[in-house]
Amino acid sequence: MTVARRKFDAVIVGAGGGGMRAALQLSEAGLKVAVLSKVFPTRSHTVAAQGGIAAALGNVTEDNWHWHMYDTVKGSDYLGDQDAIEFMCRQASEVVYELEHYGMPFDRLENGKIYQRPFGGQSQNFGGAQATRSCAVADRTGHAMLHTLYQRNVRANTQFFVEWMGLDLIRDEHGDVLGVSALDIETGEVMILQARATLFATGGGARIFSASTNAFINTGDGLAMAARAGVPLQDMEFWQFHPTGVYGVGILISEAVRGEGGYLLNKDGERFMERYAPHAKDLASRDVVSRAMTTEIKEGRGCGRDADHLLLKLDHLGGNVIKARLPGIREIAIKFAHADPVQEPIPVVPTAHYMMGGIPTNFHGQVVAPYKTGPEEVVQGFYAVGECACVSVHGANRLGTNSLLDILVFGRAAGNQIIEDLKRNTHHKHLPGDAADKALARLARLDSRKDGENVAQVGDMLRKTMQAHCGVFRFADLLKQGVDKISEVAERVKNTEIRDKSRVFNTARVEALELDNLVEVALATMVSAQARKESRGAHARDDFPHRDDDKWLKHTLYFSEDRRLDYKPVRLKPLTVESFPPKARTY
Amino acid sequence: MKFSIYRFDPDKDEKPYMQNYEITLEPADRMLLDALIRIKTVDDSLSLRRSCREGVCGSDAMNINGRNGLACITPVKGLREPVELRPLPGLPVIRDLIVDMTQFFKQYHSIKPYLINDDPPPETERLQSPEERAELDGLYECILCACCSTACPSFWWNPDKYVGPAGLLQAYRFLADSRDQATAERLDYLEDPYRLFRCHSIMNCTDVCPKGLNPMEAISRIKTMMTKRTI
Repeated sequence: MTVARRKFDAVIVGAGGGGMRAALQLSEAGLKVAVLSKVFPTRSHTVAAQGGIAAALGNVTEDNWHWHMYDTVKGSDYLGDQDAIEFMCRQASEVVYELEHYGMPFDRLENGKIYQRPFGGQSQNFGGAQATRSCAVADRTGHAMLHTLYQRNVRANTQFFVEWMGLDLIRDEHGDVLGVSALDIETGEVMILQARATLFATGGGARIFSASTNAFINTGDGLAMAARAGVPLQDMEFWQFHPTGVYGVGILISEAVRGEGGYLLNKDGERFMERYAPHAKDLASRDVVSRAMTTEIKEGRGCGRDADHLLLKLDHLGGNVIKARLPGIREIAIKFAHADPVQEPIPVVPTAHYMMGGIPTNFHGQVVAPYKTGPEEVVQGFYAVGECACVSVHGANRLGTNSLLDILVFGRAAGNQIIEDLKRNTHHKHLPGDAADKALARLARLDSRKDGENVAQVGDMLRKTMQAHCGVFRFADLLKQGVDKISEVAERVKNTEIRDKSRVFNTARVEALELDNLVEVALATMVSAQARKESRGAHARDDFPHRDDDKWLKHTLYFSEDRRLDYKPVRLKPLTVESFPPKARTY
Repeated sequence: MKFSIYRFDPDKDEKPYMQNYEITLEPADRMLLDALIRIKTVDDSLSLRRSCREGVCGSDAMNINGRNGLACITPVKGLREPVELRPLPGLPVIRDLIVDMTQFFKQYHSIKPYLINDDPPPETERLQSPEERAELDGLYECILCACCSTACPSFWWNPDKYVGPAGLLQAYRFLADSRDQATAERLDYLEDPYRLFRCHSIMNCTDVCPKGLNPMEAISRIKTMMTKRTI
């Protein structure tokens, strides 16, 4: 079967904040860019981010980027790469002002400057008083940002391929990346999009868990495409559980609620965070709060009939603050928890939220891998930004409001790097004849399979396995069984069947392809988690309760082909300032 | 629970038909989207869009018992049975509950939905008072789900000429922004028998907006701006 081809200077897969920020840089530079997105760009998951973007603007309390850098390094439990963290924190103010110039409707202070609010893990003066660093648009910051970036891309005439799904990464015999094969969901047509630069901005994959704050589309597509093409995945054991998902549905209740003064209660009405983080209390970092909540539940102090959740109280803030600063979460609480937070607390539980690991990159957005000579060699033609990438600025735990910042800073940086690289790489490389074969084989399997397994059922098994075996706390025996169970699920995924064989907008086919991707992510997670024998950030093990810098201050690399692990050092040396050496992490 | 759902797959159907489903919901299936996903586990050929499942992305807009809304924030409890589900009215159907949104987005793009300010940007933010910023409340929150425009008879008759409530709400979002300098240009574009003035204040838009926004009020504000400048 011959597959149609189109050539571009750059192809971007994913139109969330990271993809669109990069696209803007490239379109405004006059390059021919194709942006592929499974959904209309403003449906991307960035839209659901609520609380804000971190930047040391100092609009409310005195601030500077170096303090932000310290907080991010500490928040990462010292697994973050300090060069990338310095780069991000130094650029934060600039990219936020840029966004404001694009029209972002930030809330304002009386003096007309951007409104900022406190968030977990943000301090002044290297661990001192709480800092006020999160730039916000009520609790709809991600929505405002995604729409602003889309609008600016409309102005720049960026070419979007809406409702197209990336299938596989195309590499040549040297390992250089030449583009992607992709499916036009509306017509069922497969095409090769050939490019001198391919950027993945495909977002996260927390849909590997049953209880997740993520949208349905967050199925780790970019990670799986990279893994299938031989690129390792980095630090996949580190998944952030957000402390406050709505009990029973998992929908996110922003940390902004606690930033504005809300707090958590157990069944005795006790503000229990005071026991776990006497200084930062409810604004300790997310891994700390999630573990504290899980401990409360485990020790019988959970709320409700099954003693399995906690309460988030904010009525004391008053109706006016809630309506002005937290209107979106009020809407969510009323609709999904049947609780109006103006009067009563919201039932919450820690919920899978963010993937700290991903496709390994440097701070220019270039994908790096052990390749020919060293552990961090650039994969020619391949770039990744946002949640699908592991720069790594978040290390073992991400601070709230650093994810929107991450996508802006590294989206722009990758755009700039691509512009530079394309000046040197002026020609498209030769495309191998079998470029789309693997993707076509997967589609053919789905078209022809009869009496296979139901996609929804296998998917359910995958999510339940991850939830039970790889949650907030991790146990040696559960992890060991988890590796076996998820390997069994992987075998079953090979055997899935769809009954709908239509060409037109076949969502059953899309979901089956997504399951192929989810299982890659799940395998990487479980295998990496079982191997790391320490507790660091979001990876908390019952049998190894402490961080072990001697043995484990290193990044994990997972290779899909033989499920092999390798490790590489953490970059402890920043760009211009002194390193923050690991020390005990208390809040 | 009983459902009657619009089906059409151009790959195999000559014309659309309504299909009945009867399913047992689990206690966790609280919203209409949960029920649709439950149906999809039995019949994977039912196609619909969905993404955030919390009312912020706008993917799963559809016509529910005769009224446009988002499946993910519509509780199943209390819906009249059989629950009749159809694609958003007035747009071509691609398949089942999925409509072709090209015309809708074309109108949105036509109003130049981006801030226009030709002054060189300052080193920090452009200042805006909290009162000026408050002017954007009720406008910037639009999720482009198309519930409003596809509930509007004027948009049904002239989808190629009338901007429609969603596009006009966004037009006003930029007209109302103290940082935007293109007021005259924006009003010039809208001063046309169709683009703006096809709004006959029927109010369907405001009535169905799942985010509780008021496109009709935004449209009347544009009309007022238009009148003021002609005096």
